[in-house]
Amino acid sequence: MSRQSVAKAHQKIQELSWEPAYHEPVSQYGTDYTFRKAKKKDPLKQVLRSYFPMQEEKDHRVYGAEDGAIRGNMFRQVQERWLEWQKLFLSIIPLPEISAARAMPLLFRTVPNPELHNGQAIQMIDEVRHSTIQQNLKRLYMQNYIDPAGFNSSLRNFQNDYCGTIGRQFAEGFITGDAITAASIYLTIVAETAFTNTLFVAMPAEAAANGDYLLPTVFHSVQSDESRHISNGYATLLMALSDENNHQLLERDLRYAWWNNHAVVDAAIGTFIEYGTKDRRKDRESYAEMWRRWIYDDYYRSYLVPLEKYGLVIPHDLIEEAWNRIWNKGYVHEVAQFFATGWLANYWRIDPMTDEDFEWFESKYPGWYDKYGKWWENYNRLSVPNGHHPIVAEDVDYVYPHRCWTCMVPCLVREDMVTDKVEGQWRTYCSEPCRWTDVEAFRPTYQGRQTPNMGQLVGSREWETLYHGWNWADIVSDMGFVRDDGKTMVAQPHLDLDPKKMWTLDHLRRMPEVQSPNVVLNQMSDDERAAFQADYNRQGPAGRPAPAQT
Amino acid sequence: MTTTHERSVPKPVFTDAEAGAKVFPDSELRRFNYFTPQKRKQSHYEDVTVEVQPDPRHYLTQGWLYAFADGRGGYPLEWTVLKAWGSDRPIPERSPGSGGKGYDWPALGWHEFRDPNEEWELTLYRYNANVVRQLNQNVDAARQAKAFDQWNRNWRNFVAQHVGAWMHVDHGLGLYLFANANRRAPTNMHNNAISVNSMHRIRAAQDLALYNLTLSEEMEDFDGAAHLTTWNEDPAWQGVREVTEQLTAIDDWCEAIFAANVVFEPLVGELFRSNLVQQAAPANGDFVTPTLIGAEEFDYSERDLRYTRVMFDLLVNDREFADHNRGLLQQWLTRWVPRCLSAARTMQPLWSQPDAKPPRFEDGLDRAKSRFSGILSDLGLQAPKELGQ
Repeated sequence: MSRQSVAKAHQKIQELSWEPAYHEPVSQYGTDYTFRKAKKKDPLKQVLRSYFPMQEEKDHRVYGAEDGAIRGNMFRQVQERWLEWQKLFLSIIPLPEISAARAMPLLFRTVPNPELHNGQAIQMIDEVRHSTIQQNLKRLYMQNYIDPAGFNSSLRNFQNDYCGTIGRQFAEGFITGDAITAASIYLTIVAETAFTNTLFVAMPAEAAANGDYLLPTVFHSVQSDESRHISNGYATLLMALSDENNHQLLERDLRYAWWNNHAVVDAAIGTFIEYGTKDRRKDRESYAEMWRRWIYDDYYRSYLVPLEKYGLVIPHDLIEEAWNRIWNKGYVHEVAQFFATGWLANYWRIDPMTDEDFEWFESKYPGWYDKYGKWWENYNRLSVPNGHHPIVAEDVDYVYPHRCWTCMVPCLVREDMVTDKVEGQWRTYCSEPCRWTDVEAFRPTYQGRQTPNMGQLVGSREWETLYHGWNWADIVSDMGFVRDDGKTMVAQPHLDLDPKKMWTLDHLRRMPEVQSPNVVLNQMSDDERAAFQADYNRQGPAGRPAPAQT
Repeated sequence: MTTTHERSVPKPVFTDAEAGAKVFPDSELRRFNYFTPQKRKQSHYEDVTVEVQPDPRHYLTQGWLYAFADGRGGYPLEWTVLKAWGSDRPIPERSPGSGGKGYDWPALGWHEFRDPNEEWELTLYRYNANVVRQLNQNVDAARQAKAFDQWNRNWRNFVAQHVGAWMHVDHGLGLYLFANANRRAPTNMHNNAISVNSMHRIRAAQDLALYNLTLSEEMEDFDGAAHLTTWNEDPAWQGVREVTEQLTAIDDWCEAIFAANVVFEPLVGELFRSNLVQQAAPANGDFVTPTLIGAEEFDYSERDLRYTRVMFDLLVNDREFADHNRGLLQQWLTRWVPRCLSAARTMQPLWSQPDAKPPRFEDGLDRAKSRFSGILSDLGLQAPKELGQ
């Protein structure tokens, strides 16, 4: 057997499938796309006889490196600033991975091509690999890194935290709603093909620069599987394109998936890479530079644009606007500032920025200091408890933002915030594409066309509303972000582990109650709301109040 | 003259960020604290598996964020009619000022399931890589020893047609029953165990297909396409084919796993593998086929049945819904036992085809029934009267 070529073996296993003669397999997921049965080759060409030993060998390398890191005392050289952000990242990422495994069956009945199902089954078990190998890495960090808090309560934290909720879109979006929208366009065509480059290649490189060579070890091993999954998505996309009836839905789904991935992934990974690093060499790439290379050039220009000739309508405007948000509107900086503003609602420690950091940001993003420098100086000043409140309740020229109802990242590019009344509720959106996603795309009709299989956006999507009228100390207790002495918070706005310098629930008791911006918005009259929006759109950058009108 | 430029590389920095460097609140708390382990100490398997798939009943403050068109998100409990304790309690309601607390962990009996095989990526690749390596070596050794030359014509045909036909059962169930079910269960422990089960079946299907390819290359008169004709046309296989397809048509994920692993596998799968192929092959000069079939038999009896027993054992002994579950499982037995027995009986002509005959079909079926009754007895279920047919 072993002498047979992979091609010959792969051809043989195509004999395994058969057309049902007595009963059709159960059909549990719907789609508004239509597919004609078409011969489409399984792009993975993976045979389990070679697949299992290959994955085992990859595991040997990963686990060998993990042993080596512990024996070599890697954690004596790891930057705490970096590892703290991994408490967020590694709490999020195992769920998207396992959700990708769960997504594969959505395609079995909706994409009528048994050859592709073979590749989808391989992807399923790959994703089980990714989820558990990442959980294992987090476990190793918890056991060996100086501060286990936040790792030790990881999945409870993730599921209770608003940052976790933002990240959860990058998982639930794969497994619900229209089967093709979810498991093909959102998951494989956009999330895996475009954004795993920044997730699994750019971020590990930054980890290595911060003394952590285990993240690259694990995630490059993961990425070697992801590159195969991209082929799965491509094959399904070509099948969908062959039917003109699908073009309108493809256009809708690419717009939604692109914008949501940008809003969520660039917020998180951009922050980790730019604000989680201590590597401030001027010639290392910024997140914007990486994005331009891997997403704009490699994904947009090399992958998407050539598909235009097959009839795919590409959201050029949204791709340019995503770049505009990153480069001109400071999207990543605004998000990082917001994370740091709300440090007390999370479960990791956020290191203040230093002069060296300021210099690097200024060189990479000219004008950065004028926008954000003063605020970060205030963050530093207010980081150790000394009779003052956490920064969110101090006057530092920052207006607490509204949530985007769709992507759930706050409306940080203030000029772009829009509102709409939907299902009796006034909602705020970070941008017009997010409003469109809620109001037009995720609906049972789209541009007059019946789309009965399209999913719904549900849940309690504004975190602040759940805690409207609560004291901060009770909120942090409710979420469980407290250390084992029963009062010291898991989160801290600095890296000093001296208990005398750490914030406790007692410090929070003195703070004013939380007010949900959305509850307040819905209590306004029409005139008040119009004035509120006009003011909001004039705020910023860096969350500054609107300038006084002359 | 050589000139050297200083390369731009990150500089190592001594940070002393290793465990134990300082003492502070939580500094010694180096285990996951968001679930209760099954035993005194949490296992590595639990650490990488439990709670990855959320549940709004205990955590998940903001609830599911995406839903199907009917408004149901995540992993609806109604995707099976079986229930675990806590299933009837409503999902905590959220509203302005409600906070985010749910029920205490686990909130639902479903979360008490642990895969006794403790499968996660490290174990599943190690196990399956060992299997395929050993099978490759067995087949290579047989080829070098010209072992296939000893097979008589009837046995060649038997392997080509009937052993070959079984690959379709493995493939169909692996993909459309087990892989399909990995989207359906309410916990990560269930879904991961089910996905590993799926890969066992798909691997076994490919093992048989590639073995078939080797035999086609090694024996001039071995018909590598005979398995297709047999699967599509041979009346002896149509009962198995029909019930296989019927299994993939089940909507309820618990019923699918139960019908496949508790009913079909003992009454049809083991009947074919252990009571026909394994018994007939040695006497017909074949020492290779049993190693492939034996690998699949081990997958089922020592891994897949093992997790299945534990999964249903929890449900039939559930503190709130034991009677409800037992009643439904009995109904499923009444539905699936006749179908599987009928499929088993349609295979009977296979027993007379090899030159060296295996033990009688009826004796094999009795053994299969006895094994099946033992599994039911372990689960506290009654063998349905149809088993006596």
